[in-house]
Amino acid sequence: MRFKTASSPHTTPVSSVNVIMRKVLMAMIPGTAATAYFFGWGVLINICLACVVAISSETLMLYLRKRPMKPYLSDNSALLTACLLAMALPQLAPWWLTVIAVSSAIILGKHLYGGLGFNPFNPAMVGYVIVIISFPKEMTQWVPPAVAGYSQLGFLETLQVIFAGSIPAGMSWDSITMATPLDTMKTQLGLELSINDIHQHKVYGPMFSSVSGVGWEWINGLFLAGGLWLAYKRIIDWRIPAGLLGMLFLLSNSFALYDYSSFTPPTFQLFSGGIMLAAFFIATDPVTASTTIRGRWIFGAGIGFFIFVIRTWGSYPDGIAFAVLLMNMTAPLLDYYTMPRTFGHHWSEFPGHHKKEPEE
Amino acid sequence: MTRTTHQLWHFHGGLKLPGEKHQSTGTPIARTELPRQLVIPVHQHIGETGKVLVNIGDRVLKGQALTQPTAYVSAPVHAPTSGTVKDIAEYPAPHPSRLSTLCVVIEADGKDEWIQLESRADYKKMSPADLRNLVRHAGIVGLGGAAFPTSVKLNPGPGHQIKTLIINGAECEPYITCDDMLMRERADEVISGAEIISHALNTAHCLIAVENNKPEAIAALNTAISDAGVDYIDVVAIPTIYPTGGEKQLIKVLTNKEVPSDGLPADIGIVMQNVGTAAAIYRAVFHGQPLISRIVTVTGKGITQPQNMEVLIGTPMSALIEQACGYQENADRLIMGGPMMGFTMHCDSLPVTKGCNCLLVETADQHSDENNAMPCIRCGECARVCPVSLLPQQLYWHASSKNFDQVQDYNLFDCIECGCCAYVCPSHIPLVQYYRFAKTEIWNRERDQQKSDHARIRHDFRQARLDKEKREREERLRKKKDMLEKKKQAEAADKNETEEDPKKAAIAAALARVQDKKAKAADAPKNTDNLTAAQQKQVDEANKRRETE
Repeated sequence: MRFKTASSPHTTPVSSVNVIMRKVLMAMIPGTAATAYFFGWGVLINICLACVVAISSETLMLYLRKRPMKPYLSDNSALLTACLLAMALPQLAPWWLTVIAVSSAIILGKHLYGGLGFNPFNPAMVGYVIVIISFPKEMTQWVPPAVAGYSQLGFLETLQVIFAGSIPAGMSWDSITMATPLDTMKTQLGLELSINDIHQHKVYGPMFSSVSGVGWEWINGLFLAGGLWLAYKRIIDWRIPAGLLGMLFLLSNSFALYDYSSFTPPTFQLFSGGIMLAAFFIATDPVTASTTIRGRWIFGAGIGFFIFVIRTWGSYPDGIAFAVLLMNMTAPLLDYYTMPRTFGHHWSEFPGHHKKEPEE
Repeated sequence: MTRTTHQLWHFHGGLKLPGEKHQSTGTPIARTELPRQLVIPVHQHIGETGKVLVNIGDRVLKGQALTQPTAYVSAPVHAPTSGTVKDIAEYPAPHPSRLSTLCVVIEADGKDEWIQLESRADYKKMSPADLRNLVRHAGIVGLGGAAFPTSVKLNPGPGHQIKTLIINGAECEPYITCDDMLMRERADEVISGAEIISHALNTAHCLIAVENNKPEAIAALNTAISDAGVDYIDVVAIPTIYPTGGEKQLIKVLTNKEVPSDGLPADIGIVMQNVGTAAAIYRAVFHGQPLISRIVTVTGKGITQPQNMEVLIGTPMSALIEQACGYQENADRLIMGGPMMGFTMHCDSLPVTKGCNCLLVETADQHSDENNAMPCIRCGECARVCPVSLLPQQLYWHASSKNFDQVQDYNLFDCIECGCCAYVCPSHIPLVQYYRFAKTEIWNRERDQQKSDHARIRHDFRQARLDKEKREREERLRKKKDMLEKKKQAEAADKNETEEDPKKAAIAAALARVQDKKAKAADAPKNTDNLTAAQQKQVDEANKRRETE
């Protein structure tokens, strides 16, 4: 009897790219649901729009690059990029903003570098940075959380704002949008107000909770839960979020201890904005992160460092995208200098370690 | 004898794999029918091929040597039964290259008539060198799969005191149970073999390592140890983690020592032998029997009745399959070895060799299609499971771009091809295939490099010889010329003496003055005088170059 030959191992796969991506998407559900609960229909509309644009861009690029459609369209990576990006965009962002952000992410950030696995930068963050630099005003169109007495738009009204750019009668942009707690905190601290003053403020006070911003503690808490599940399932490496959150905690705690009236406490830093989403879902993108154990600690800590620096002294209220892209640049170098010691070899043979003096 | 609780360590990575062992351990080791014809590859081991001692038409006896080792790292093969040599020619043999190899074909006469066998139960009186020689001529090679000549491993060399002998009964690959069944049924042979090896190595301590998924084997070994009354052999149950049966991994688990990348276990005072090898040594010493059979696990979803059988070397694999009641309907891959490291064979008519521990038949649903690979997403799972702490994704990256210098910087040659990385890869990349490709490619280049180096050296030698000859010829010519010159001058002087002439004398005096002046001018310092040693060397080299060009 004759047989086909093949290379070992002769086993069935234990995991696959599309399953990994699907699990990451699943782990995003609780945090996303909380975001939709607090910030309304715009969240879901953005996600749907982003997914449609991502799949269309992916299809177009696969067609142009003459790559097989089925395996790449079913790998769920474009959907994940779309969802991450949609979560970072303001809920009332005009439709074209989402289209530009997502198509840039997929086309510029991913396919022009060679597609899945070859992009040096996190595609979602590339898309985000392109629109925050190009359209800073539209990127502020966040809505107030659906608690603390703020009014919210209905489904059709939201659609109207996003797709027609017209606001419902009797409303103004100022009444339907509002700066995020991070943004407000930064602006008001810049006006020499103390954190205590800001919390007591007539207009801005109600958007803050004892932890961070109203609603944001839930959103971050649920993304944290999803992220821990991913780490437990070994879909992501726990060292990157641990490094990121650890560094952010360390820095914010040190500065808050030094001056608690002008530096926000660690709880505020850790549960504001997209921190948990960034720590567990964005920074852990394996393609653009460091791959070694020590490299991942440094990679995560580096992102935490830059987030704190940009939030505290930079000109953007949140610095996640820039921090991630900066550390993406360092990943190859980190990988090189943090190689593990191969079994049976001496440390002195590896980059970044002292060479053993040749014996005379 | 008393089972001490032995401290254990871990190696990096590894996998917990489904064992799939119970399929083939239900029945005792079966005997196989004597096949009508046996095909014995002359080369079944690592090392040099032996010299064939028989001719076509010769009658050979069971256990008679068919070849004779030609080098230190070499092992002979023996006739597995009595019969007639039918052919000595190239036949297909089980090897990943699928190339044919020189084989001795024996037609069995059915008498199974042994050569004169000599027992050396008094082996303790033998010197280690004599014992090694006995093992060498019994054709014993490592039966764990690598088939390295055992006699070489029994000679750690001067300056290497072996402190610990490790008998490897880990058998960490899924499906394979030949060592397990051997330990269960013939534990006394394994223990005797271990005693003989200890004697040959002059070692006072021996560990037998068995994965803790084989409690029956561990119990049998312990019974055999207490029956034999030896006190220096300990059975150690080790955690079932693939590839804990790898030599370097097992040493790490048992001793926390790392065998240096470019070294051997003997360098750190350890020798390791497989349990099957130990039993084969016992048979060679106590019964005089050379290695002519081995236990083979015939198993897998594609086999009707998985089992272990004692098989004569040279038996066609198809006979084993037949004895196991044939293939299942959807059998589509025939593997020699286990699912992780075994290699596939294109047909089942190949002979069983000394390194053949398992015939695994898989069905179509048991492996993935290699063509479905996705790009690497750098998830790092491969690095997490690599037992050698390599960075498999970097190796893949450089191997696939044929960047062979980089791939060696990442220590490609420390890869043991265990397959852990490919097993966990979510992109289903056949990683090990890339590493094998890179290794082969680098070996080929080194061979080419050696060839061209050799040619260059030969050319240089020839050039040097020609130059030397040229110089010598010139030297001879010059000497000849000088002699002629001297002769002429002498003749002229003779003439001058006889014919005195004032005019001529004046001319000669004037000539002498001019020459004197010239000589003085030549004595004046030049820029080539007073050179430092380094400058002089440069000048010499430049002159030399000029000469050779």
